[in-house]
Amino acid sequence: MSTLDERPIRVLVAKAGLDGHDRGAKVVAAALRDAGFEVIYTGLRQTPEMIVATALQEDVDAVGLSLHSGAHMSLFPRVLELLKAQGSDQVLLTGGGIIPEADVEALMALGVGQLFGPGTTLAALTDYIRDEVMARRGVGSAPPHP
Amino acid sequence: MNLAESIQQGDRRALARGLTLVENETPEGVALLAALGSGGTAHRIGITGPPGAGKSTLVSALIAAWRATNATVGVLAVDPSSPFTGGALLGDRIRMLAHTADEHVFIRSLASRGALGGLAAGVYNAADLLDAAGFDPVLLETVGVGQGEVEICRAADTTVVVLAPGSGDIVQGMKAGLLEIADILVINQADREGADALEAALQSAVELRDAVAPPIVRTIATRGEGVPELRALLDERAAAGAEVLAARRLERARARLRAAADRHRAEAFWTSHGEALETAAVEVAEGRLSAAAAVSRLLEDERR
Ligand SMILES: Nc1nc2c(ncn2[C@@H]2O[C@H](COP(=O)(O)OP(=O)(O)OP(=O)(O)O)[C@@H](O)[C@H]2O)c(=O)[nH]1
Ligand SMILES: [Mg+2]
Repeated sequence: MSTLDERPIRVLVAKAGLDGHDRGAKVVAAALRDAGFEVIYTGLRQTPEMIVATALQEDVDAVGLSLHSGAHMSLFPRVLELLKAQGSDQVLLTGGGIIPEADVEALMALGVGQLFGPGTTLAALTDYIRDEVMARRGVGSAPPHP
Repeated sequence: MNLAESIQQGDRRALARGLTLVENETPEGVALLAALGSGGTAHRIGITGPPGAGKSTLVSALIAAWRATNATVGVLAVDPSSPFTGGALLGDRIRMLAHTADEHVFIRSLASRGALGGLAAGVYNAADLLDAAGFDPVLLETVGVGQGEVEICRAADTTVVVLAPGSGDIVQGMKAGLLEIADILVINQADREGADALEAALQSAVELRDAVAPPIVRTIATRGEGVPELRALLDERAAAGAEVLAARRLERARARLRAAADRHRAEAFWTSHGEALETAAVEVAEGRLSAAAAVSRLLEDERR
């Protein structure tokens, strides 16, 4: 592996939508830091445009979106679309919230990564991001999604 | 088009990628900086001070001030990495959200990555790249409480030390640290009680210095108050600065070369003496050898 492959994993943790607390996102951000990631934390009420602009400047490997507003069926596809539009196809888009199983499947079919419900352990989340990012780094030319 | 050309054309994704390459000191990053030249025209401004003083808020207000005159502003915001996990929580951007979508502002958060005594080499490289890409000024935010921040003044042409009421105790204990590196002192959160006391403490502390006392400016970063005055002082330095800045840049180049050479030497040393270290460590742990004697022996071995 080159130094570039071994560099710390960078993750943007953002809270989208209009609801007003970010305790969950902060807990996730701290857990990712403790797992050795470099976490860029931008807090509440991020629009999809702000999220992808930040993802670009920070050259992150993954974006973790936290939302509880029920707007997941519009926000995730929008962020994904904007990421692709700016050429950030490699970036893993994942996240969590209270999302019905059918919606999870629909979003994953679009190319969103695994989504985590309230019951998930933080270890499962960090393991997933690490594995997925390293796979994407390792197979640079392979399509980012199955 | 190669990466250097894309960056020169203003391609932000190329710049972001370039920053990753230079931050991680990859051969591609070295080649990129060589292709672009390391700039040298931007005013590099270090913003340091204790946690919570309002550095990021002030950076955001400064960005606004420069954007009002159509400058293209680059920002590097450095936060510490955990020495245990290597992870870092980079939260400075949260105070700069107003500039997220402005294509003339580029903000990058960097982790200190356990650099001994201050800034990781990657930060210097990243500043070079933003400079070469045409950003001017380049602002560098780092947390400083009195020790490691000596480094920031080596990465910057001008060092702004930001304090807030309540940092009075720090002023007492930091005579040799923060105050000495300040080219400009900012009392931020001037709306809060204690600003007068802080100013008095700073005044008497800077009078003790042999060097020219740095100007003291009061700001309320959340409202942009005092920011035009701060910017005027910075502009003044940049304008008057050819000589001042050239001297600072020479010092910076010297420090960087020395640090790079030190790293190189240390790496070479430990690559060839790793085993001897292990042996010596066991002896020291078992009390058969003092650490000082062990070091002498390692160095002695090297000379042979
Ligand atoms: N009252 C008042 N609050 C301020 C002022 N400037 C900043 N703050 C607040 O102070 C807090 C810390 O501000 P930051 O800009 O994050 O401070 P910082 O020095 O960058 O902090 P770290 O990066 O964590 O070291 C925030 O809640 C700001 O809103 C000011 O001039 N007056
Ligand atoms: Mg800050």
